[in-house]
Amino acid sequence: MNNWLSPRSFVGILLITAALVALPFILGMGGGQAWVRIVNFAILYVFLALGLNIVVGFAGLLDLGYIAFYAVGAYTWALLASPHFGLHFPVWVILPIGAVLACFFGVILGSPTLKLRGDYLAIVTLGFGEIVRIFLNNLNAPVNITNGPQGITLIDPVSIGGFRFSGTSEILGLTLTGPQKYYFLLVALAILVIIINLRLQHSRIGRAWQAIREDEIAAKAVGINTRNIKLLAFAMGASFGGIAGGIFSAMQGFVSPESFSLIESIMVLAMVVLGGMGHIPGVILGAVLLSVLPEALRYGVGPIQMALFGKMLIDPESLRMLVFGLALVLVMRFKPAGIWPSPERKRELTEKSGVKA
Amino acid sequence: MSGEVLLAAQGVAKHFGGVKALQDVSLTIRRGEVYGLIGPNGAGKTTFFNCMTGLYVADGGSFQFDGARLAAHAPEQVARCGIARTFQNIRLFGNMTALENVMIGRHVRTRAGVFGAMLQTRATRDEEAAIRQRAIELLHYVRIEERADDLAKNLSYGDQRRLEIARALATEPKLLCLDEPAAGMNATETAELRELIDGIRKDGTTILLIEHDVKLVMGLCDRVAVLDYGKLIIEDVPAVVQKDQRVIEAYLGA
Repeated sequence: MNNWLSPRSFVGILLITAALVALPFILGMGGGQAWVRIVNFAILYVFLALGLNIVVGFAGLLDLGYIAFYAVGAYTWALLASPHFGLHFPVWVILPIGAVLACFFGVILGSPTLKLRGDYLAIVTLGFGEIVRIFLNNLNAPVNITNGPQGITLIDPVSIGGFRFSGTSEILGLTLTGPQKYYFLLVALAILVIIINLRLQHSRIGRAWQAIREDEIAAKAVGINTRNIKLLAFAMGASFGGIAGGIFSAMQGFVSPESFSLIESIMVLAMVVLGGMGHIPGVILGAVLLSVLPEALRYGVGPIQMALFGKMLIDPESLRMLVFGLALVLVMRFKPAGIWPSPERKRELTEKSGVKA
Repeated sequence: MSGEVLLAAQGVAKHFGGVKALQDVSLTIRRGEVYGLIGPNGAGKTTFFNCMTGLYVADGGSFQFDGARLAAHAPEQVARCGIARTFQNIRLFGNMTALENVMIGRHVRTRAGVFGAMLQTRATRDEEAAIRQRAIELLHYVRIEERADDLAKNLSYGDQRRLEIARALATEPKLLCLDEPAAGMNATETAELRELIDGIRKDGTTILLIEHDVKLVMGLCDRVAVLDYGKLIIEDVPAVVQKDQRVIEAYLGA
């Protein structure tokens, strides 16, 4: 679309690449890997937010149960690559299965909700998310499938052609830790996911999604099969969630139902809305900010209190969420279209008059 | 060119609770003509439209279009068959650009799917270029090409009407149904609209026009039908309809 090879964008791409390559090494310099892990999770949240953006941002269908698809992907990996069932499938088998299964669940959620919109749809999807979590919690009897609240442990890490992404290894003279290796895998996948999203947005299907968001009756009248196109949005969004879930499972080595609570769905939705609904760069920014900010506050609020007052006045853990909540409120108050809205939406909000006669 | 029946409505009925909005309405539209449907407020014109385009399910009767029976309650299939419509209260995709609005009109005549879009296959790219090309041509055709990159909702009222017509034309309709296109327009805009409709007819699209502006209808239409209280009272050429006693009564009150 744009001129990729013009000198300016070439330099830009080079700089971004350099920054992305250097980041895990800079973060890992102190020896600790905590921040590399945090960044890895931020990228996982980028996957999730981009997936949800298809449903909420493009098609305008409010989904409060999105984390269920993440759970489906995570448990698919956990069950197919752990000692729990003694199965150890390779990554290129499990990830597609996880994506397809999540897709299938997306259609299952989508089909009864086709006629619902707004608040009503939100309630049904919320219920769906909880059903999946509760199922995972209780499917340990009479046949033990999910191992219930204890979750599944000793899950295989991602390994491609004998190369394992866990543990430290030496590549081309560089020592890479597990999280650093996952970082590069995630960045590669993220680039792929972003390209797919951009392509979908500017495609015939992407336009149909946006048409449904804007006016469903008009969309029908121009011949869009709204039922299929909506189901497609649920399915596509869900499959991104499924892939993210699989990698989450492999990275953690452990899954349990409590990772997939309602608050997670709300967080992902907040990333989409706060970043700029329907605008891919905004959604990415929202996901990175909302996943990194609470962690930064975790490390930040304690020392700041010590410096200001010389003692801990408020428990850092509760202050962290307080500051976080306040930040959300302030952003929505002053940037109602999100931190980085699409240019069209920004124009619309600045042009208060609306109609140019 | 004209003469052959394009659309035939037979005994169409629709009621909302006890209100009989349409009773036994039968009419035929011939290929190549501009067909006017008029009547006082609440006569059932838009209800007839909505039954035909599948937004409502008629309680009785049927529509034959281009030799086949129209499926009830499937607006997207009606559009596929070749009936496009505009709305009385304009329904555009407000937060999308004018160009995108028309491009969406091409949806039903194109086929690229998710995988084509993801892989950007040659076929998908060619189709996308053709969609864009056709949309630009249509914006040109309705003379709003300079507004192509503006959000639909920021267009002036007259331009929004034009954009809606362009979007409808993008679906390659055999029958274009315009629901009160001149509503709220001033004399100049109405004259321009008339020119546009004339042009569309000359380019070979049959038009069904619902309108309040009797002057516009009488000047533009080949044949006119009059609805009153959900019943068809006459279907004939404008000169005859104009002089019909029942029509005069319906409009002036008996």
